[in-house]
Amino acid sequence: MFALFENPRLRGGIHAEEHKAETSPLSIVTDFPLPKKLYIPVQQHVGKPAEPVVKVGEKVLKGQLLAYSQGTISAPVHAPTSGVIADVKDFPAPHPSALPIRTVVIESDGKDQWVDLVVPEDPFQLPAEEICARVGTAGVVGLGGAVFPSAVKLSLGRKNKIHTLLINAGECEPYLTCDDRLMQERAEQIVAGIRLMLRGMDAPKAMVGIEDNKPEAFQAMLAASRDYANIVVAQVPTRYPMGWDRQMLRYLTGQEIPADGRATDIGVVVHNVATAFAVYQAICLGQPLISRVVTVSGAAVAKPRNVEVPIGTLMSDVLAFCDLDKAKMARLIMGGPMMGDALPLAEVPVVKACNGILALAAADIEEPPVQPCIRCSSCVTACPVGLLPLEMASRIKANQLDSAVDLGLKDCISCGSCSYVCPSNIPLVHYFKFASGELVKRQQADHKSEQTKRLIEDRNNRMERIRLEAEAEALRAQEARAARLAAQQQAQQAKAEETV
Amino acid sequence: MSNKPISGPHVAATRRVDQIMRMVILALAPATACGVLLFGWPALYLLAVTVISAMAFEAFCLKLKGVAAMPYLRDGSAIVTGLLVAMTLPPWAPWWIGVVGSAMAIILGKHVYGGLGQNLFNPAMLARVALLISFPIEMTTWANVSPLLTGPGVIDSLAITFGGLEPTDAVTGATTLGLVKTEFSQNHLLPGILLDYSGFLAFIGWERGSLGETSSLLLLGGGIWLLRQGVIKWHAPVSLLASIFLLSVIFHTWDSQHYLSPWVHLNSGAVMLVAFFIATDYVTSPNTPQGQVIFGAGCGLLIFVIRSWGGYPEGTGFAILLMNAVTPLIDHYIRPRIYGRYRNGRPLDISNP
Repeated sequence: MFALFENPRLRGGIHAEEHKAETSPLSIVTDFPLPKKLYIPVQQHVGKPAEPVVKVGEKVLKGQLLAYSQGTISAPVHAPTSGVIADVKDFPAPHPSALPIRTVVIESDGKDQWVDLVVPEDPFQLPAEEICARVGTAGVVGLGGAVFPSAVKLSLGRKNKIHTLLINAGECEPYLTCDDRLMQERAEQIVAGIRLMLRGMDAPKAMVGIEDNKPEAFQAMLAASRDYANIVVAQVPTRYPMGWDRQMLRYLTGQEIPADGRATDIGVVVHNVATAFAVYQAICLGQPLISRVVTVSGAAVAKPRNVEVPIGTLMSDVLAFCDLDKAKMARLIMGGPMMGDALPLAEVPVVKACNGILALAAADIEEPPVQPCIRCSSCVTACPVGLLPLEMASRIKANQLDSAVDLGLKDCISCGSCSYVCPSNIPLVHYFKFASGELVKRQQADHKSEQTKRLIEDRNNRMERIRLEAEAEALRAQEARAARLAAQQQAQQAKAEETV
Repeated sequence: MSNKPISGPHVAATRRVDQIMRMVILALAPATACGVLLFGWPALYLLAVTVISAMAFEAFCLKLKGVAAMPYLRDGSAIVTGLLVAMTLPPWAPWWIGVVGSAMAIILGKHVYGGLGQNLFNPAMLARVALLISFPIEMTTWANVSPLLTGPGVIDSLAITFGGLEPTDAVTGATTLGLVKTEFSQNHLLPGILLDYSGFLAFIGWERGSLGETSSLLLLGGGIWLLRQGVIKWHAPVSLLASIFLLSVIFHTWDSQHYLSPWVHLNSGAVMLVAFFIATDYVTSPNTPQGQVIFGAGCGLLIFVIRSWGGYPEGTGFAILLMNAVTPLIDHYIRPRIYGRYRNGRPLDISNP
């Protein structure tokens, strides 16, 4: 109440009801029954979709490549189990629109038989390039939700000579505990993954930031990293959105990433803690990323827990495994309740980005009517970026998008803190997402009209050129004809002279 | 399950507008009750008339606007406005003062601008100033302290509030600030003017004054409770009180015959009410903590200036309205720094750390 001006390293944020206690004491369930069919979308990452290399009817083994990475920013996908390729078709994606995307369907044979895995003798002796390459071929992507191909980030880190690898283990979203459990149960492997990442980036030190509502995970990570002086495990305050990488970075190092820059600009690369585990699996075990730990929770789930599920399992199967009460489920969310996406149907596959499946009951999402803004500025206090959500929303409402951009619309991270605290229940994030969409639309329209203009100009130039060429050609033809005529006349003359 | 696309967050905090308003009413309740106890039945009648007419005007405006009145009436903002108007009125003022005050606050102060959250000026202060200028006699006739049990009875009080019965000189007098202003004009000097003044009685509220403004103690208590509940922030009240305190310390030390002491300044008139309940009005005060500090300090400065050198004994209403007018300017210039940018909006330059 009396904090004069806030801690300059920690701005805004909220403290939502955590709902983590339901799942955090329970071990990760590793014996999830293998589903009959798995649906593996070829686009589970930022960048270009992967290109399928398998044909319908082909037999595949667990861990076998299904679709290869295309271009520099892309990631391959692998078979989560052994079986037969049943189909390569369009299938609803785990996205609010549930629009279909290209998906490989595997009918499992129940044997769960691995391909031959390549395991290095001493992973910690591998050259940096080799580590990056192996992480890339294993299809590892950022598992915090951003799903950026990890190998690209590692190479970027090596090229930019970074000084710190920041491991984001904030897990600030309510309900989610998958990273928490992973750290409690597999800290050794995570630390091995961190060491491999450091090696892959030629970086001297790593920092792990864990919110202080996860003391067991913190202790486990502390114990596992005891022997490595260059890995610092630190606790950060529990305040959403602590897991916003820029916020965590500011808190731990006091540095800010420039608004127009990346973390590498200040010598830092940020990776999620679950990604570190995936890197360990990729290098030390030779296993590609084909499963992940997912928090299944929410009031409509009778047995909330963390489950390790194969990528491509339908969410409906995972929910059924956790005893979902379908009648009670009012909203299905992939991810956390703050930034996660509401899905229109549960028959969509679990993908690499999916850290949580929440089946919320009506009471959890009760939405009172929207009231006018009373300018209480709770949103200003809550915004971790330092924006004025109420002002931005009022400009957007009046369709003054440029004015909203001037106020910092493009710096908004859609964390939802403003909407969360708003006593009038104004859907502020909705406004900002809408405005951002409008801006993209406007940009595209501008781009299109520019392109049209360019095409017309090109065409005019082309026509002009053709006209000029035709004229030149005509001129040449005329000259040639004249020359021919002259030659003929000459010849006739010569002939005449001869006859004479 | 609905198929309507919904943006996150999918959960929300539980504090709502009506809850906030209820808490403000609760925080104002002790000081109001104290006013009723000290000034008797007429005060209670005036309070009831003002609050009820505020709600009636709110309903009327909403009807004109063509929206359902009930959801808006339920949010309690009209009650808060009516309550604040009543608290700033002389306790024995006739009923129509309360009605006109409510009309000005709700119609001119709020709905002319577009309703809840749209007004530029604090409605209660707007009403107070408009009444003071329009009806100077009624607005400066201050009843003596005449507690509920020993003062005029239930029926006699009806005559005071509704019967147009003018209170006699025997039962009225001047407020501390009013007395000081009059005496100064007769070239009397300070220590002598305030011989009868008791700092302690002024603090607990046992003095002539507006219905709900006399008890600094209870207003301070209500304000601190709101602070602890997180309904208001400390920036505006503290800077307002601090600026009055500092200015009065400086001038009182320099010339104690012409300038009131900080204790008198802080405990008279509407200072406490304004500091915790008016300067913290969400709608009409700046958005940022820094802006609120400037706003509070500006109010304090203006209050001191008007009281010391102005024509009116009390300047809180004018001070608030003037600072309300400056609020958009403050909000324009005082903005939080955006992550990764300088205050002027340019991205951080990291090439030369």
